Amino acid sequence: MHRVRVRVVENVLDANDTIAEANRCDFDAHAVTVVNLMSAPGAGKTSLLERVLGELDGIRLGVLEGDVQGSLDAERLATLHVPVTQIETGRGFGGECHLDANMVRLALPQVPLDELDLLVIENVGNLVCPAEFRVGEHHRVMVCSVAEGEDKPLKYPLMFRACELVLVNKVDLLPHLDYDLEKLLRNLDAVNPGIERILVSAKTGEGVSAWRDWLARASAHDAVPA
Amino acid sequence: MHELALAEAVVSIAERHAEGRRVARVELAVGRLRQVVVDSLAFSFELVAMGTPVEGAVLVVDEVPIVLACDACSAETQVETFPLACGRCGSLEVQVRTGEEFHVVALELGESRAATARR
Repeated sequence: MHRVRVRVVENVLDANDTIAEANRCDFDAHAVTVVNLMSAPGAGKTSLLERVLGELDGIRLGVLEGDVQGSLDAERLATLHVPVTQIETGRGFGGECHLDANMVRLALPQVPLDELDLLVIENVGNLVCPAEFRVGEHHRVMVCSVAEGEDKPLKYPLMFRACELVLVNKVDLLPHLDYDLEKLLRNLDAVNPGIERILVSAKTGEGVSAWRDWLARASAHDAVPA
Repeated sequence: MHELALAEAVVSIAERHAEGRRVARVELAVGRLRQVVVDSLAFSFELVAMGTPVEGAVLVVDEVPIVLACDACSAETQVETFPLACGRCGSLEVQVRTGEEFHVVALELGESRAATARR
């Protein structure tokens, strides 16, 4: 059988990235800054959103909520009078444990982009898969709680490398834990040197104004009038 | 992570470029920094390829090493794992030259399926 070698050089995740680009175009056309918020389950994504919502004067925030099961997070945020859209996680490329560009695209018709300055996409709690799938966001932020152990960056380097900001949450617990915060910060630098980090507590409010300021700056820089 | 979904993407890319011809071999480049379990990918690939022109194709995976370019001393060094520090001077001020790839690099194609059917 005559064989011929054909050079391809195509990124395996091209199909997802193409849709992510389309999403990004839509976000830019409406001058909406989009933040993809990721973490392990229970690190505090929803709590930190609840906490910062009250401090975002003048910035209209919406949330796109991804969950494997149920709409509990969406319901929590909806009581704070924020437009929340729940994503069905079964309609993407690989299932339910992360959000991909196609799932986000299918949800966009329900998101009131004309009424928003900032959209936070709250990803499924998972330290592995979400890092691989761009959804059209401008920024990627992750939450890492001190209840998770200082070695998380070494165990899940791709996630920590994929993000530009780490919110180190639950610092109110530090007096009760055998936790070496300096070690966590060194481990962060080992996998993503100099990555921006903010120590926060959704419970006490510590650091939330810095998180708020970060969102405000992100929102101001990326606004691209249509 | 999702080696089955990744295998589907690989088969889809291969089928498209094959344009009806049988695929004998699929060459992938997978960087060492990617979260891909090669054995799972190969297993999933075999399953997903069944009934397609890619069935029976040999999957060849080139695991691309992590090469860092140092901003401090200009050296290019290969490292095996984290921390991503220059192999010569130890600086963390580095750029990743290779190690983050995940591409279908090339295909080896046989004759068209129509030609096979005509015989």
